[in-house]
Amino acid sequence: METFLHQLLSGLANGGIYASIGLALVMIFQATHHINFAQGEQAMFSAYISLTLIQMGVPYWAAFLIALAFAFVSGVALERIIIRQFDNAPVLTVVVVFLGMLFIINSLAGWLFTYNVQAFPTPFPVGLGSRYLSAHEIGMIGVTLVTLIVVYAFFRFTPLGLAMRAAAQNPEASRLVGIRVGWMLALGWGLAGAIGAVAAIMAAPIVYIEPNMMAGILLYGFAAALLGGINNPWGAAIGGFIVGVIENLAGAYVVGTELKLSVALVIIIVVLVTRPAGLFGKTVVTRV
Amino acid sequence: MPVVKAQAARPPWQLPAVIVLLVVAAIVPFVVSSFHLLQLTMVVIYAIALLGLNILTGYNGQISLGHGAFYAVGAYTMAILIERAGMPYWAIVPIAGAVCFVVGFLFGLPALRLEGHYLALSTFALAVATPQLLKFHSLEKWTGGVQGTFVPGFDAPFGLPLHWDQWLYLFSLFIAVVLFLVAWNLLRGSTGIAITAIRDHPIAARTMGINIAMYKSLTFGVSAMYTGIAGALGALVAQFVSPDSFTIFLSLSLLVGAVIGGVASIFGAIFGALFIEFVPNFADQISKAVTWAVYGSFMIAFMYLMPNGIAGALKLLMEKLRRRG
Repeated sequence: METFLHQLLSGLANGGIYASIGLALVMIFQATHHINFAQGEQAMFSAYISLTLIQMGVPYWAAFLIALAFAFVSGVALERIIIRQFDNAPVLTVVVVFLGMLFIINSLAGWLFTYNVQAFPTPFPVGLGSRYLSAHEIGMIGVTLVTLIVVYAFFRFTPLGLAMRAAAQNPEASRLVGIRVGWMLALGWGLAGAIGAVAAIMAAPIVYIEPNMMAGILLYGFAAALLGGINNPWGAAIGGFIVGVIENLAGAYVVGTELKLSVALVIIIVVLVTRPAGLFGKTVVTRV
Repeated sequence: MPVVKAQAARPPWQLPAVIVLLVVAAIVPFVVSSFHLLQLTMVVIYAIALLGLNILTGYNGQISLGHGAFYAVGAYTMAILIERAGMPYWAIVPIAGAVCFVVGFLFGLPALRLEGHYLALSTFALAVATPQLLKFHSLEKWTGGVQGTFVPGFDAPFGLPLHWDQWLYLFSLFIAVVLFLVAWNLLRGSTGIAITAIRDHPIAARTMGINIAMYKSLTFGVSAMYTGIAGALGALVAQFVSPDSFTIFLSLSLLVGAVIGGVASIFGAIFGALFIEFVPNFADQISKAVTWAVYGSFMIAFMYLMPNGIAGALKLLMEKLRRRG
């Protein structure tokens, strides 16, 4: 029972990371109908920025915020400079462009910060830990929840958030009422980048930091997004927590750690076959 | 997505061009260095794999980011049957194809219900999970686990005075030619039209009496078969298979090759194979430190300049020349 509770709770903690990545993916998907395969690498790069700052003596939370700002600005820049050029391109072309970005960011990170696996500090004091969860895991859940609440409040209560939702839902009508749809998309990219950065910085003390750290996490983020419903951001967040728990319990009791990634594969396929819209998604009906 | 067009008359230069290409390809092993020969063998093998992916992604519109998994199944079939069953390598090639056909067909069954991004994501998950599945300890007896398995080299048959490398190149070339002819024949006939019709308008295709479920899973199977045969040949070239040779990177490279070569084009597979074999080397010469950043920039630049891939760009060029001339 003790170990079960431990696995369950630490699954929830990991789930927070998947929830954030899933949320970032869904935000971009809703606005553009593209899946950003470079999301994980963008996040990884921002985590390196914060690590570099911390090593230079910047306080943790200041480094955290600067890395988030970096993630935001670079997300906006990527959309404005690269993605925009492929507005009307076929899906496959866009997928290759995302993969190109993935290669570029991964390679730059390896060159600037080396491919060595490095430890990453956690800001949470050991005293915070309990019988079931380490201090970092508790802090991680807190940070994830704060992130989700801030994002929710932003979209729900600010005019800018409303404009962004409108631009994603109905670009033509939004343009007619004076919303700059192109910039809203870019802001969405920036925001998604910042949310991803939170996930990477929280994950780094657990998985350690290296240029390929996000490959597995991105996969679980996909699973989270699909489980929750790829057109429902909050569904994706809840999906993230569920995926985290399933992953941990399956890893502990069913398949063992060596097949953990296959759990994501199974989740994805089961969801898509039995309930393609996800738990909280709307079934999309197209008219022909 | 391009619309199905009535079959245009083939340009008169096409057949001679193919013959010249084949003659050159057959002479090559006797004039280039063994390192370049190895690279060219890989081009031939990648071309087979990309053709398979192209049938699925280009012609049938099902995006796969996981074809590295089928390549791996083909490679492991070759390695295991040589090592454990002592079968001759040439007999294993069709077996690897058959195994991959079945695996692809089975994976295609749930994939039937998935379109576009959803299929891309599930195949992506397959590709990420592949190395873990290959390392799985219950299969270790056959797969060799983390260490992998060696694949021996052989002598050229019939007492031919050839090195194994040279023979392997010619053998791969022969298989590639057969498979390209099969694909060409398959795609220009009613089957090909059905496959592309499903991509362009599934509902209209169904109205015309096309059994979508059947065609889609069969296309998945055939596509996996091509890629699996390529994997089997690839194992002979590498003389070694291990889980870490079949990471997500392989799957992504295959998709990159298929798209940059040109989707829905048989020759696109050759251009794509040249791209994924030689551009990384070229990028490495430009900068050792950020090789893959250079490669990624090339990918984006190619997509910007030629949204329909190299084959698409060449076709456009030809049309322009013809209209002028």
